[in-house]
Amino acid sequence: MLDKFINNPGEWLKGKGPYSDVVISSRIRLARNLREFLFPVKLPVKSRADVVNKIDKVVKEAKFSKPLFKFNMESMDILDRHFLLERHLASLEFINNPKGRALFLSKDETISIMVNEEDHLRLQVIKSGFDLPLVWSIINNIDECLAEHLDFAFSADIGFLTSCPTNTGTGMRASVMVHLPGLIMTKRINKVLNLITKLSFTARGLFGEGTQALGNFFQISNQVTLGLSEQEIIDSLRNIISQLREQELGARKYLLDKQGPAIEDKIWRSYGILKSARLIDSGETLQHLSLLRLGVDLGIIKGITRAMLDYLFIIIQPAHLQKLQGRVLNVRERDFIRAALLREKLGG
Amino acid sequence: MLCDICHKNQATVHLTEIYAGKVRELHLCQECAAKQAEIIQKQFSISDFLAGLADFGGIERRENSSGLICPNCGMSYEEFKKVGKFGCENCYKVFRDHIIYLLRKLHGSTQHKGKYPKFKGGISLEGQIEELKKYLDRAVSLEEYEEAARIRDNIRRLEKKLREKKSRDGKEGGKNAG
Repeated sequence: MLDKFINNPGEWLKGKGPYSDVVISSRIRLARNLREFLFPVKLPVKSRADVVNKIDKVVKEAKFSKPLFKFNMESMDILDRHFLLERHLASLEFINNPKGRALFLSKDETISIMVNEEDHLRLQVIKSGFDLPLVWSIINNIDECLAEHLDFAFSADIGFLTSCPTNTGTGMRASVMVHLPGLIMTKRINKVLNLITKLSFTARGLFGEGTQALGNFFQISNQVTLGLSEQEIIDSLRNIISQLREQELGARKYLLDKQGPAIEDKIWRSYGILKSARLIDSGETLQHLSLLRLGVDLGIIKGITRAMLDYLFIIIQPAHLQKLQGRVLNVRERDFIRAALLREKLGG
Repeated sequence: MLCDICHKNQATVHLTEIYAGKVRELHLCQECAAKQAEIIQKQFSISDFLAGLADFGGIERRENSSGLICPNCGMSYEEFKKVGKFGCENCYKVFRDHIIYLLRKLHGSTQHKGKYPKFKGGISLEGQIEELKKYLDRAVSLEEYEEAARIRDNIRRLEKKLREKKSRDGKEGGKNAG
């Protein structure tokens, strides 16, 4: 079943939608718990199946816009679970402790529900480009459908009751994935990210840890979930992203104006390496793919689509490569396969 | 450049660590970077952060937090400080005084302004207003007037919603009758 997903890039990797020169995808997640069960942290493992069954029944009855397929995490092998992680459909904690957990997923990967993660339900909707209002309308619909059949833990004064107090209230995390090579190269990134933090939003590198994000990707998301309505959170995030995009486009223009030949050289060299390398690790790949995407965005490189690049960012990851090959690969083998894949896709 | 940890493989991951105002650069190979990421996650988790806040709240605000245990799920406040997660919805009632403090620290607010779920066999709008009134009385008796004012605003919001709902239901009833 999962194999159907591998050759079919998720909707959010289409490289389409508003602001797709800077924004890769928009995502909203809602945390919900059922009143009749203890939260997963205290729920006995044997009772987890009751939660899964209950959700399964409701999902079948509810009239969602798209059918959802159920995956039992326990019966899934570790490679498949890592595949879900790389696709942003499951969390690390979720795939590492699969007992009594299940994932519901729509075929285009737009809609997913993790059952028995930290909360009973973690709904997620993700779309390509910058379109939080659309994402909100989809996820809100699902939430309403579910609420018709399920009694959610909720308090009139502090809202939805979640296992972790950082999510209490709306239980909502809205996040936008952005590509900011211009701000990194002009060294303005820290200033911008500091500002975002001051506005109670967080910026996390997408690949790798720490402040230096691999591939120049950042995920910007709200920190506050209580005291603001969902709409207010979405509006502030939209504002921040609009301004962030202006800053990024400004930085790209500055780079082109002041250091045109040097930037073009960097981009073409990256393209050259990706088209000709015989062994390449994921860190180096991300770095060059980022520059190549910049080259496509600036119109320097033609004939490659953003969708292809956004897809490459995902499939060069370890679990994806191994799924594509249909077997376990060691690091060296992965570097070899990765290089071959890049040459094939980029016409090297 | 060789990896700073194993000194064998080529460094491909470059970490910049900012700790206590000092910047440190680490150049790691892929394998060591993966190990390092795991260590970092273990060292600093959200629960440690919460524990700090929760403890502070406990000491400053109420003396006897240590004996508190949720009878529904068995979670003690001490355990919550360690794991950073509540065990059930009842924990929110049992630890309420501490939680309010914690929520204010985390979110700068203690009143939900977002959506309300449709209640199927759950608490009605009237029931929610009743619940809020109890919290209001409690806040007033503790002389927490800012908190009380926020709860009052929330009650007003719900009362407005209830009036709207009643007038809507009234109209729909009228249509059906006509």
